[in-house]
Amino acid sequence: MIAGAAGTGHFLVNVAVPLVLVALGFVAGRIIERRHFRSLSLREARGGPVLTNLKNLPEGRTLVSSRFCIGSVVIASDYFKFFGAKLKTLVGGRLRTLETMMERGRREALLRLRDQAARTGADVVLAVRLETSMIMRSERGGTYPAAEVIAYGTAVKTAAAAEADG
Amino acid sequence: MLLSNTEQMPGYRIVQHLGLVSGNTIRAKHFGRDIMASLKNIVGGEIKGYTELLTEARNQAIERMCHSAEQLGANAVINVRLSTSAVMSGAAELFAYGTAVVTEPLEGGQ
Repeated sequence: MIAGAAGTGHFLVNVAVPLVLVALGFVAGRIIERRHFRSLSLREARGGPVLTNLKNLPEGRTLVSSRFCIGSVVIASDYFKFFGAKLKTLVGGRLRTLETMMERGRREALLRLRDQAARTGADVVLAVRLETSMIMRSERGGTYPAAEVIAYGTAVKTAAAAEADG
Repeated sequence: MLLSNTEQMPGYRIVQHLGLVSGNTIRAKHFGRDIMASLKNIVGGEIKGYTELLTEARNQAIERMCHSAEQLGANAVINVRLSTSAVMSGAAELFAYGTAVVTEPLEGGQ
């Protein structure tokens, strides 16, 4: 009786719980990801300051003011992706599920940079840099992938060169 | 303090270079935020608590960098770079560095 109960407990912890988490990650993670991508495309379509990683102003523009801006986000993978990626490393190859996680992070960070630049009244963001650092969270069962993405640049307000001369 | 991540300060002329300045801070996450983060790891997506924590810490690193630039007598920091690294599980270092300079506005530039 007691041994049977212990066996059931073991089964619950080792098999059933991870399976439920994988299923939950698959369903909820997919819905959340789809919703996030939709919101990203919507916000990207709204337009705003032009982002560039060039250092100089475009030809024919003069500077009005400038400001240093940062956009950042911490993004985590869901349990299904984590589990799938772990299996995939046995055979190697492309990890599509983690690719979408990083894409979400980068696009979100760039959008936040652009929003912050827009609030300062800028129309161009110069010298944009993207940086990623993995923030691994170790817990029982392994390290969960999570990444911080930061995008930063110098937001500048410009005017047409002729206008500034006159 | 003027900040820029290009080699010039747009609209200003660099009068004097004062060398490299940096600012850092190491932050550990706290327990309450961690519970939410573990839940987020099941369904994926943004961990807002961590984003806020790191943004706050990064601002502090930048502030420290500005403070040491001020002590050198600078009025701007150019070529600013930011980096994050996980020093151990549960703690991250936020680091900001740049070159402290003395600038003056370009005549007729504004």
